Amino acid sequence: MFARHAVSARAIHFVYQPDTAKPPVSGETSKQNMFMAINSAIHSALEKDDSAIIFGEDVAFGGVFRCTLGLKDKFGADRVFNTPLCEQGIAGFGIGAAAAGATAIAEMQFADYMFPAFDQIVNEAAKYRYRSGGLFECGKLTIRSPCSAVGHGAVYHSQSPEAYFAHTPGLKVVVPRGPIAAKGLLLSCIRDPDPCIFLEPKVLYRTAEEMVPKTEYTIPLGKAQVLAPGNQVTLIGWGTQVHVLLEVAKMAKEQLKVSCEVIDLQTILPWDKDTVCQSVKKTGRVIVAHEAPLTCGFGAELAATIQQECFLNLEAPVTRVTGFDTPFPHIFEPFYLPTKWRCLEAVKKIVNF
Amino acid sequence: MAAFYSKALNLKAFRAVQSHLRLFCDAPKFPGAKTTWTQTLKISEAKQEDNLPVYRVLDKQGVVIDSSHEPKLSSEVLRKMYKSMTLLNQMDNILYESQRQGRISFYMTNYGEEAVQIGSIAALNNDDLVFAQYREAGVLVYRGAPIDFFMNQCYGNNLDVGRGKQMPVHYGNKDLHFVTLSSPLTTQLPQASGAAYAFKRAKNGKVVITYFGDGAASEGDFHAALNFAATLECPVIFFCRNNGYAISTPTHEQYRGDGIASRAPGYGMGAIRCDGNDLLAVYNTVKLARKYCSENNKPILVEAMTYRVGHHSTSDDSTAYRPKEEISMWSTESPVGKFRRYLETKGLWSEEEEKSWAKDVRKQILDAFNKAEKVPKPAWKEMFEGVYKDLTPALKEQVKEMESHLKSYGAHYPLDNFK
Repeated sequence: MFARHAVSARAIHFVYQPDTAKPPVSGETSKQNMFMAINSAIHSALEKDDSAIIFGEDVAFGGVFRCTLGLKDKFGADRVFNTPLCEQGIAGFGIGAAAAGATAIAEMQFADYMFPAFDQIVNEAAKYRYRSGGLFECGKLTIRSPCSAVGHGAVYHSQSPEAYFAHTPGLKVVVPRGPIAAKGLLLSCIRDPDPCIFLEPKVLYRTAEEMVPKTEYTIPLGKAQVLAPGNQVTLIGWGTQVHVLLEVAKMAKEQLKVSCEVIDLQTILPWDKDTVCQSVKKTGRVIVAHEAPLTCGFGAELAATIQQECFLNLEAPVTRVTGFDTPFPHIFEPFYLPTKWRCLEAVKKIVNF
Repeated sequence: MAAFYSKALNLKAFRAVQSHLRLFCDAPKFPGAKTTWTQTLKISEAKQEDNLPVYRVLDKQGVVIDSSHEPKLSSEVLRKMYKSMTLLNQMDNILYESQRQGRISFYMTNYGEEAVQIGSIAALNNDDLVFAQYREAGVLVYRGAPIDFFMNQCYGNNLDVGRGKQMPVHYGNKDLHFVTLSSPLTTQLPQASGAAYAFKRAKNGKVVITYFGDGAASEGDFHAALNFAATLECPVIFFCRNNGYAISTPTHEQYRGDGIASRAPGYGMGAIRCDGNDLLAVYNTVKLARKYCSENNKPILVEAMTYRVGHHSTSDDSTAYRPKEEISMWSTESPVGKFRRYLETKGLWSEEEEKSWAKDVRKQILDAFNKAEKVPKPAWKEMFEGVYKDLTPALKEQVKEMESHLKSYGAHYPLDNFK
């Protein structure tokens, strides 16, 4: 008799690994989840900068993921407001406000719905400074959007679109792995002189809890972070996948006696080639894992650059463990994702190459 | 019997009162619309007689119809307006030809829309921000951009403030408050809404104007922009140059409604339609529009009816899709000619001045043109600048790669033309 697994319709595929390292800034901390940490970053931005505004669908009452809770009451309805339901309008409006001198934080309710805004983001925001010879720019624009798998999101509430935007010079693309990272990275994006896209893995909004510094702080963009040192296999990921890889590193140590170094890329564009290559030159074996589909996923860029820069150090081809080349399915999510089992199997194969 | 009739009359009166009460107290409470009930079923359709009329000040001969609508403009301003329109024409003549001769790669002329451009910008303050499409060079001419400015951009040379990054006519000028153009149509509209919102919050008294054509108004960004401007109360003038064509597509294949102005009520916005070939009408319209925006912090839609006399661009031959007679009719009805007749009746212009000015401005343009042609292009390394505020490590590496490549293969590249 086959026993059917009693799996909750809303199960998640990973265990959140909170940051235990020294926080980016000293001082009092409090237990916060990721939407609270994001709220805190936006709060800092609005408090310190009179021109700062945050807007998007349902932002005024607190947002469908509570990231803007309490901000309208604190800063006023002219600074924290709903827009009509129109992503191309949100992006265009944000670009114009930023170009006119306001710090514009635009929320797109789901990354899956960013595409109507693709023209404004890729053809306008990304090229504003370049095409004008520097006369005009929209660096004060930050677009933030929930992304990635959430257990039941299916085709249109689970996408990870970082690769589309990574292919656009002029944008910066950032993905946090948890509350501490989110607060610091988001504040960096808001204050960055170039337009930024901040993709927030939605499954982490509530699941991810850490002791987050109460004061404001920034985490530099363009810098990857080595989370768990190792010397046999380099594992690279971002967002939710970082936690899968941290668990894989533990499992590899226990079951395979293999030492893995886990890197959180943090910034997808511009990405930290030096940290990645330094690690690869040490280990000689690298696995990149991401939820987005295989073909032309960001792993392809990493693989191409790694083999170019570290060819002679490689002991095995660069492996990618990713979502399959399908749209993100509903009921098949457990099979679709780059699970710890697929990643562990990849570690096993790569050390035996 | 009397009692019966009186009762009947009372009943009728009662029913009438009841019906009135229903109207006022029983109004629909739906959050989506504030309106009344009806028991009549009919399809609500627009009728041609309700089409928005075209506001004009001058008749076909350039004579003021109603003197109370003649704006009180100084002779300097009036002459500046005329000189701007004619300078624009001459510059278009020379630059269009230069593309034909292979000296610049591309050009777009402004024939027929001189009054639309100069009339509108003259009605605004110098620091009101402009988000244009691509057929608004007259706006920059009027605001004082030197001829060199246009030439340098068309040549993409080292004096181009845009640093040679875009095709000809994609102007931008920070000092003149004119945001750099981009080729994708209509993208500037929601940006204009956002900029206006930022100005409103900054309380700097500025308004924003954004120009677009009848074709561009079909893009989704038009809908996005107007809806945002209306709901968020942004002081922005949406200025449509309805010139009858979007490349080869005539307006009856672009929309079925009453032009663009008729869409304003759909957004809860006001609109004015004016004769785009009548500079005074355009001026009055935008003057009023600015006052409205500024005082109410609300957007407004202006539709200037006009005709695109020239081809869409140097890549177009419009005789392929419209009769030569149509073009020549509108060419004769020229807004420039109409305004010239107006000035002449006021004693502000003459045939002699026309001749000497034409000669003078042509010389100025040719001088600037020849000068711009000789200026080298920017240094090739500038290709990498401005992607971000600072070069990223990846870009720095790519610069080095190209540097090294040019050391060996430089002879195959037009380095002599570049700084």
